[in-house]
Amino acid sequence: MGAISVKNVWVEYGEQVVLERINLEIATGAFITVVGPSGAGKSTFLRLVLGQERPSRGNILLDGEPLPPEPGRDRGVVFQRYSVFPHLTVLGNVLLAFEIAGSRFFAHLRGSRRRVAIEESERLIDEVGLKPHRDKYPSALSGGMQQRLAIAQAIALKPRVLLLDEPFGALDPGTRAQMHALLKPLWRECGMTVIMVTHDIKEAFALGTRLIALNHYRADPHAPGRYGATITYDFDLDRDTAVPVLGFQKPAGSGNQTNGGATP
Amino acid sequence: MNIVPGRGAGIMLALLPFVLIAVVYTVASAERRAANAEDKVLPPVQEMARSVVHLAFEPDRRTGEYVLWTDTAASLERLLSGLAVAMSIGLAFGLALGLLPVVKATLGSLVGVLSMIPPMALLPILFITFGLGDLSKIVLIVFGVAPFMARDLALAVAAIPREQLIKAQTLGASTWQVALRVVLPQILPRLIEAVRLSLGPAFLFLIAAEAIAADVGLGYRIFLVRRYLQMEVILPYVVWITLIAYLMDFALARLARLAFAWAYAEERR
Repeated sequence: MGAISVKNVWVEYGEQVVLERINLEIATGAFITVVGPSGAGKSTFLRLVLGQERPSRGNILLDGEPLPPEPGRDRGVVFQRYSVFPHLTVLGNVLLAFEIAGSRFFAHLRGSRRRVAIEESERLIDEVGLKPHRDKYPSALSGGMQQRLAIAQAIALKPRVLLLDEPFGALDPGTRAQMHALLKPLWRECGMTVIMVTHDIKEAFALGTRLIALNHYRADPHAPGRYGATITYDFDLDRDTAVPVLGFQKPAGSGNQTNGGATP
Repeated sequence: MNIVPGRGAGIMLALLPFVLIAVVYTVASAERRAANAEDKVLPPVQEMARSVVHLAFEPDRRTGEYVLWTDTAASLERLLSGLAVAMSIGLAFGLALGLLPVVKATLGSLVGVLSMIPPMALLPILFITFGLGDLSKIVLIVFGVAPFMARDLALAVAAIPREQLIKAQTLGASTWQVALRVVLPQILPRLIEAVRLSLGPAFLFLIAAEAIAADVGLGYRIFLVRRYLQMEVILPYVVWITLIAYLMDFALARLARLAFAWAYAEERR
């Protein structure tokens, strides 16, 4: 549930190579943080897993199945901005997830199913600390609160994978620390795989169980687009090891990378 | 720049230009009457009031109808039917054009070309095709404003951040569900704005069509009495049409803010 394997993936736009030779095995329940300089294809990588873009070579498997070529329920996402719906209240935003799942045609629940969905939504809203703001519209929320809401909405349907694209990039340091304190227990509780793109190296080390750095390994001044970025560092931040291990890859099947209580 | 009028002063300032125009008119009208007792171009206010009372509250001697109200009812029926049809077409096409690349590729340039046809140039065709009754007038209004609405709403759909559409899909939403629950509610405020902007053109097409061929209606009446230089009828009619349009615009603006408060959150600050 949530294992991703990336097999020799390339992304090319015409002559421009963005990503090349990406090989990655991500175990269920891992918290992968992706860092790298601007333009190294971090967000492109995330969009690949999201299904918003397709690799020009190679393929990506989710739990052994080829990844569907469009975004779907199994992969939740939180963007840096615009992740919540401005026309719905906090409750409406979370409830929408259940309404979409529960009513194919009208995406609208009635009666007892609605009551159950509202209860569940309220539990999630409470969990991310937005209980007092239940009936507010996103425009009345601060940036941090909007991101909390986006997280509650993204985990409502228990996706196998949660993708975070610089979710805390626009927040001040204090709010960011609160968000870290919120996210870590949620991830442990849900047991889903998280892939988080970030610019903040400290954040990447603090949150992840594995850190991946994307970068260009070679630059040709005569053909700037000739070489794409690839994985240049792969740290295992597993709590079981004393120090981060560079280029560490556990052999498949050997006690798969369980981390800090993700699975009992 | 930093002097902001208070509420009372604001209302006074808003009324000031109207009062000035009324004063200028009264003076000019009196002067023309002083020069020529038979002048018909600027009738005094009393004469206009008399003609309004006659048109609104005394039954017509030939038909027994109250002319102002039957004209208003006929015109409003045409206008509102035209706007309602245009809204439905504009909404459906705008949503499809903005959300679905396939529809945009197929119909985008067609709608672009159609919206450039001057609707008035089509009026003869409409009269020939749909007859001289209400239908041709309604079709003229629809043709005049629906392409604008469709294009405006398509732009509104395209302006919705892509992140929201992706997010909805990660909640498992189908294209239909995205259209219904994410896109449609977000463009409804824009639809009301588009209707507000279309009120002017809609009245233009209505009155033009009524002027050419009709037997009842506000535009018909104005162009009928023009032959007798009855300015005391024309001027009140123009004021009445303007008032109707202004009140519709005002009501729509209030409706949008009441029904879609979230879309105007920026405004209140």
